[in-house]
Amino acid sequence: MADHTEVDSVSGTPTTGHAWDGIKELNTPLPRWWVITFYITIVWAIGYWIVYPAWPTISSNTQGLFGYSSRADVGVELANLEKIRGAKMAALATASLADIEKDPAMLALARAKGKTVFGDNCAACHGTGAAGAKGFPNLNDDDWLWGGSLEQIQQTLLYGVRSGHPKTREGQMLAFGKDGVLKPAEIVTVANYVRELAGLPTRPGYDAKAGAKVFAENCVACHGDNAKGNPELGAPNLTDKIWLYGSDEATLIETITNGRAGVMPAWEGRLDPTTIKAMAVYVHSLGGGK
Amino acid sequence: MNQTVRPDDLKPQDLQPVDDYGPLYAAHKKVYPQSVSGTFRRIKWGLMGFCLGVYYFLPFVRWNRGLGAPDQAVLIDFSNHRFYFFFIELWPQEVYYFTGLLIIAAIGLFLMNAIGGRIWCGYLCPQTVWTDLFYAVERLIEGDRRERMKKDASGDPMKLERISELVLKHSIWLMIAWWTGGAWVLYFSDAPTLVKDLITFQGPMLAYVWIAILTATTYTLAGFMREQVCVYMCPWPRIQAALTDEWALNVTYRYDRGESRMSVKKAAELRALGQPAGDCIDCKQCVAVCPTGIDIRDGAQMDCIQCGLCIDACDTVMTKIGRPTRLIGYDNDINIHRRQEGKPPIYKLVRPRTIVYAAIIAVVGGAMVYKLATRSLLEVNVLHDRNPIAIKLSDGSIRNAYTVRVLNKHGFDRVIAIDIEGPANSTVHVVGADSVTPDRPMIVIGRDQTEELRLLVTAPEENNPAKSIPVKFHVTDIGLGVVASATDNFVSP
Repeated sequence: MADHTEVDSVSGTPTTGHAWDGIKELNTPLPRWWVITFYITIVWAIGYWIVYPAWPTISSNTQGLFGYSSRADVGVELANLEKIRGAKMAALATASLADIEKDPAMLALARAKGKTVFGDNCAACHGTGAAGAKGFPNLNDDDWLWGGSLEQIQQTLLYGVRSGHPKTREGQMLAFGKDGVLKPAEIVTVANYVRELAGLPTRPGYDAKAGAKVFAENCVACHGDNAKGNPELGAPNLTDKIWLYGSDEATLIETITNGRAGVMPAWEGRLDPTTIKAMAVYVHSLGGGK
Repeated sequence: MNQTVRPDDLKPQDLQPVDDYGPLYAAHKKVYPQSVSGTFRRIKWGLMGFCLGVYYFLPFVRWNRGLGAPDQAVLIDFSNHRFYFFFIELWPQEVYYFTGLLIIAAIGLFLMNAIGGRIWCGYLCPQTVWTDLFYAVERLIEGDRRERMKKDASGDPMKLERISELVLKHSIWLMIAWWTGGAWVLYFSDAPTLVKDLITFQGPMLAYVWIAILTATTYTLAGFMREQVCVYMCPWPRIQAALTDEWALNVTYRYDRGESRMSVKKAAELRALGQPAGDCIDCKQCVAVCPTGIDIRDGAQMDCIQCGLCIDACDTVMTKIGRPTRLIGYDNDINIHRRQEGKPPIYKLVRPRTIVYAAIIAVVGGAMVYKLATRSLLEVNVLHDRNPIAIKLSDGSIRNAYTVRVLNKHGFDRVIAIDIEGPANSTVHVVGADSVTPDRPMIVIGRDQTEELRLLVTAPEENNPAKSIPVKFHVTDIGLGVVASATDNFVSP
């Protein structure tokens, strides 16, 4: 504040000494009620510090008189929410998967629930939109290693794949190269044979006959005579356009040499059965379900 | 706002140095507005009656919307996300109507300001309307200005007569305040039912809480804060000071005619001698009636709410002493200077500013009316899945997924068929469709409902060379034959 304040002759009010473009600021006193209100807010703030958690200490913070915590508040609200949703969720729990998908209200509920739970638990591997990635199946398409019906999806969710759960889905691609079953030349040949099955270009001059022989001796057990795969074993269809790990020759050689065994955790015990039901319906409705 | 300094009354702006910075706060000087009658007072009574009448009784106006719909003319139905205003029913996604209303309200305020200064403050602002009503009650019970001043200054507050007076005044104030809060909650629920529930203590807790809050604020703001709200709390005086221009009509003391102030007798003597004399006799009636306790003769000032009561007061005096009225009136400084120079006053109510404001109001209002008139009772919105944006299926065909939201604003269930116009030979699948005639998924949409559907559009591999093909979604009401459409794109990876 300036050293010299003055009195404005028109209003009789002292100035603050501040001037902008020749306009001087009057030091008009605040109304009494305003000042009192200001003091009350200060007292209120002190009361607030005492009643609610406020000040940080070295490792924690003051707890306040009532031990209020917003985390406890959230807990209460979540419990209330569960109560409100109880009736609808109970309907989900008893209905069959097919019935849920046929009833618009239950379908909407299952999809909403499924979407949230998917974001929390599945998106880390499958992506937020379930688009998958290399080694992580896209759940929007129609290619299913373990089957894409509602029941098959539910089973995969419950017990996982190679998850260690007693009922888990088992089966794996063997490491034909590493284990010495096939020689490198045979691997190149069969990789090209598989590419031919899928309608992809092959290496010039490769021996199709030899490829068919290697395939018949080593691969048909899981992938079938016609290479259409087997959902019982999680063996992929090798004739379609969808490849979990990629379809180029180098990738195929790597797959045949080292084998593949992706893992999906079992969700039984981590998510309740109704939630898993909702999840199955949600994943099925993404568009890839069979 | 700057104080207007009369040109013939200019003092040298010599500022005197002082030692202290003045008091920390100023004690409240109570204002005792005197009763007044005249044109502006009548306008104010009329507007007060109209505004309060609308506010207090509107929730009880009925409007037949048919079975299952509320029959209250104006209703904000929060639990069902609907807003009803007579024949208009708005859904949450039509909230832009409120944006339009807010624009019109803001520009309306600007237009009022450009034409007549703070006429909003003086005549229509709820603070003014309720304060005026509270003053009327006070005047009725405690008497006019002089009596009230005397009672406050010297009256023994413990006298039975005084106590009963005060109890009566505050009771009536509280009743008005309580009704004000009560009327508010009626806009959010069926009014007659809610009134019955409230009386029998069956009403929702939230209603009681809001009534209590609004009773308290009305009682405090209109009974005690009064002009303090306008002077210290309200931002509008500051904003309007920056919005106004020299042509806006403001309550103005015509100092060219009023000064210098003198007694009636002296003025008559001077006039008899053919000399100029001021019309203002310094009776201070304009000050006595002022609800914010200012002297309008000091010129335009922030504390003035421009209610025009000083005009009525001055006119009464001018009539009595046989001088022309409107020594205080709606005018501007330009005209005062013109009169001083002997020129006739000019009024420019139509000028670029007012034309632009009026045009904005007309355009926004017109757009709202057009949108209302062409409002469809069947609507469809489409949202393309972003993640993944396109999916390759095992046979090489491409699929895009869409979230389609169908709105049925009719009061009955409707059967909807969904068709698309998109890539050649494409097929459409609706997750959870009720029935599917060949390639035509159908679904039932409940009355007054929104249904969100997941739509999968699949196109064979050979038919999607382009990166992006437009897709039209047609939603057809089978019963009425009404079609609503939306457009999006089909994308290939």
